[in-house]
Amino acid sequence: MDFSTFLIQLLNALQYGLLLFLVASGLTLVFGIMGIINLAHGSFYMMGAYMAFSLTSLTGNLLIAVVLGVALSALIGFLLEWGLFSRLYKRDHLDQVLLTYGLILMFEETRSLIVGDDVHGVPIPELLSASIQLSETLSYPVYRLFMSAVCIALAIGMYWLIRRTRLGMMIRAGSSNREMVQALGINIDLIYRLVFALGVTLAAFAGMLAAPVSSVYPGMGNQVLIICFVVVVIGGVGSVWGALVAALLIGLADTFGKVIIPDYAGLTVYILMAAVLLWRPEGIFRRI
Amino acid sequence: MDQGFNRRQFLLSTAGVAAGLALPASPLFAQSNRKIRIGLMLPYTGTYASLGNAITNGFKLAVEESGGKLGGMDIEYFTVDDESDPAKAPENANKLVKRDKVDVLIGTVHSGVALAMARVARETNTLLIVPNAGADEITGPLCAPNIFRTSFSSWQPSYAMGNVMAERKHKTVVTLSWKYAFGEQSVAGFKEAFEKAGGKVVKEMYLPFPNVEFQPYLTEIAALKPDAVFVFFSGGGAVKFVKDYATAGLRTSIPLYGPGFLTDGTLEAQGEAAEGLLTTLHYADNLDFPKSKSFKAAYFKAFKVQPDVFAVQGYDAAQLFGAGLAGVKGDVGKRAELIKAMESATIDSPRGAFTLSKAHNPVQDIYLRKVEGKENKLVSVAAKALADPARGCRM
Amino acid sequence: MPAAVKKRRNALLLILFVLALFPLFGSAYYNELLAKIMIMAIFAMSLDLLVGFTGLVSFGHAAFFGVAAYAVVLVSPKYDPGNLLVVLPAAIFSAAAVAFVVGLFVLRTKGIYFIMVTLAFAQMIYFVFHDSPLGGGSDGVFLNVKPELRIGETLLLDLGSPSQFYYLVLLFLVVAYVFLRVLLRSPLGHALAGIKSNEHRMLSLGFPVFLYKLAGFVAAGGLAGLAGFLSACQFGFVTPEILSWHQSGNVLLMVILGGMGTLNGAAIGAFAFVVLQEVFSSVTKHWQFLMGGMIVLVVMLLPGGLSSLPRRLRGLLIGGGTHG
Repeated sequence: MDFSTFLIQLLNALQYGLLLFLVASGLTLVFGIMGIINLAHGSFYMMGAYMAFSLTSLTGNLLIAVVLGVALSALIGFLLEWGLFSRLYKRDHLDQVLLTYGLILMFEETRSLIVGDDVHGVPIPELLSASIQLSETLSYPVYRLFMSAVCIALAIGMYWLIRRTRLGMMIRAGSSNREMVQALGINIDLIYRLVFALGVTLAAFAGMLAAPVSSVYPGMGNQVLIICFVVVVIGGVGSVWGALVAALLIGLADTFGKVIIPDYAGLTVYILMAAVLLWRPEGIFRRI
Repeated sequence: MDQGFNRRQFLLSTAGVAAGLALPASPLFAQSNRKIRIGLMLPYTGTYASLGNAITNGFKLAVEESGGKLGGMDIEYFTVDDESDPAKAPENANKLVKRDKVDVLIGTVHSGVALAMARVARETNTLLIVPNAGADEITGPLCAPNIFRTSFSSWQPSYAMGNVMAERKHKTVVTLSWKYAFGEQSVAGFKEAFEKAGGKVVKEMYLPFPNVEFQPYLTEIAALKPDAVFVFFSGGGAVKFVKDYATAGLRTSIPLYGPGFLTDGTLEAQGEAAEGLLTTLHYADNLDFPKSKSFKAAYFKAFKVQPDVFAVQGYDAAQLFGAGLAGVKGDVGKRAELIKAMESATIDSPRGAFTLSKAHNPVQDIYLRKVEGKENKLVSVAAKALADPARGCRM
Repeated sequence: MPAAVKKRRNALLLILFVLALFPLFGSAYYNELLAKIMIMAIFAMSLDLLVGFTGLVSFGHAAFFGVAAYAVVLVSPKYDPGNLLVVLPAAIFSAAAVAFVVGLFVLRTKGIYFIMVTLAFAQMIYFVFHDSPLGGGSDGVFLNVKPELRIGETLLLDLGSPSQFYYLVLLFLVVAYVFLRVLLRSPLGHALAGIKSNEHRMLSLGFPVFLYKLAGFVAAGGLAGLAGFLSACQFGFVTPEILSWHQSGNVLLMVILGGMGTLNGAAIGAFAFVVLQEVFSSVTKHWQFLMGGMIVLVVMLLPGGLSSLPRRLRGLLIGGGTHG
């Protein structure tokens, strides 16, 4: 591998890692703050991608589709928390695992009923459809760079939300002691509802953002689910920074694994995970 | 009688179990006016659901066209959703064979599931017609008098592509596919023809299934600068690959080829990125045979969508079984004659007429097609009456 | 003997009796289905040891099931029947060994984290089989000839015979049940129960908690291996998909559906799960929607699982304020 190829691979790794972070951030947030294992997280990603497809073909504009989709998925998240999850906080984690497992099946079939089982594409917006020449044969699509930029912006935004705002303070307080915060007169139920809606929206938004490059197809949610779990396991439960570091590490391991040890490319990510767990059983970072 | 009472009580208690399970079939009934029992084991949920539906539609269209009958016999369908899950495959196949006592098994899309079905078919001596799965083994080491295929072997379109790419003066090629049997067999078939014709595969790359993060491989390809690239992907992965390949700017410098699954059924999703792609398959969207045209018209009329290659394969599965039934006047008990009639049939397929090889795989023309608009249009016949070598078949 | 225990024992004996006589009346397909349900029951009970009795929610239990199934094929000769006395121990041992190694990693974590780590490790093992030629890759491997038990020249047991296989499964179901009951009454069982209710107290009382948990994990893994062995022998086909997280999810579902922490519940759950799948998939193409809806309903409305149903109904009828 010569140096310029190495640099391009590094860029690939970074870009993949950032997208992974975006998908996994909602999972780790819901996980860390509310203590919910959301297996249906991948389904929300799938839902977002399908919204991007349906709403784009309806409105003819990806931006409008994304705005509508974000609102819609926030609403879905809000309703799900109100109707189902809020009734399970006193129960075992296991019940949440099963609930979300059931939801996966329901979402997947609902998708099949509404949109069908075909593969669909979402066009890249005109404005971002250019490419940058990297080497004599290879160019890099501007849209991918745009995706990375959005991911970075969101990471900063989440940091700001959790660390610097009043809402973030209440969220942090609520995650460490639900009863205490409630006693202080803060509507913790509403805060949980908002956090869950945020988690769903983040996953769906990741799906919308990725739809133009990944296309839209049945079962796409299950593919990202497991890797998101690995991100959270490596990063540490509920740690947004952990998720960012873990996602970037996985991006590196996956990209260079494919190039250097292609025969075991499927395993590199898991080997990384085992190594991290040997070193730190609770993941790299522990709390929010 | 004491004993009788006990036994009845027992039967009552188990009847509850049986009642819960025995919903569809009631074998006692069907025996009286003998209908031919057809077991469709196809994916109706999950990634391959649209393929399963197309095959089912094609099959039923052929039956409708012969007056709702096959070989002059009334038929009855039994369906099982195989979910493309190999872990459930033997059980699902047994459901049709042992519970519903079907006369023929039709299925399936996923190669791993089809291999398990072939095992069950061999063990229970049930007639099996495979309407898609390309695993070479099915008409190779696993071949049997009662196992047929109306689609293709993985080897066929890829082998044809090897010759096409050699003729187009490509000397060095990089291959890329998912690391699973279908992909590996496709690459092997391609390599066999391409290297025999003097080309060289400089690198074989595989990525873990169903991973779709292609960027590292595209970077590799750009660095290796081969004359051309041969890939095997299908479904959502194919769409993403074709798009990624185009946006990476590789389309203009390094031509891309592959078996037709790269573009079939997903052209709408691929959009501009696929324009001009050359692929090989046993079907093209604008074939000129009378049967192709009548089939397309009838299919569109019945289902309001354009047929694809999967619908054709399902259609031909029904035709093949119909030919067998006609040969024995509907008496499925005459197994040897039934098989003989199927073996010697010439199927008037929308892909062009074909016959079966000794191993029961279609001997068919493989077409070179080019993506134009939203269609895979015929360029030329890449291989005339290509027969799978059926390695390992002892029959 | 208290009346409740006596009643339960009678019910179990009745079920055993029905299971023993079923092949005399059932068709080949339903015998096979019932054998499968019993295999799943063993699998679910092994998980119940972790989930219900130790408080360890493992989401990667299919890994041990699958490793054992692969071991059956890899240990058996290609064209001759394997020796039951070799194949069975080999399968159980390999599952237990993998459980030991995985346990060393995952048992260092707790609670919600444990769920994810077990899931991730199972997925890792899935890829080992999916991507390496060892187990035939994605297409899986076939067991051409089923194992048999032979002493000298006399054939005692041939797993290729459906009826002999059925009764062997039934025997192993009973063995697994008794084994777990005995284990739960042993000092190890008491320690595991103690860990479930209060791990910190157990630690401060000086119990080697990690070792106990590891022992429980290995025992559950080995027992899952027994189920995996039987499954490989039943269908003669092993594919990476039997290690997938869907299988881990399904078996977890069986445990919950039946009611965890009661071995009988796990078995009931296995039965209900398989039957529901049969029924739903014969109703509609979109049967997974029904399955998902059913799961959601059970979680929301029936926290104690199906085995708590009689108690709940009684509570309702009598009008007492019993809560599940």
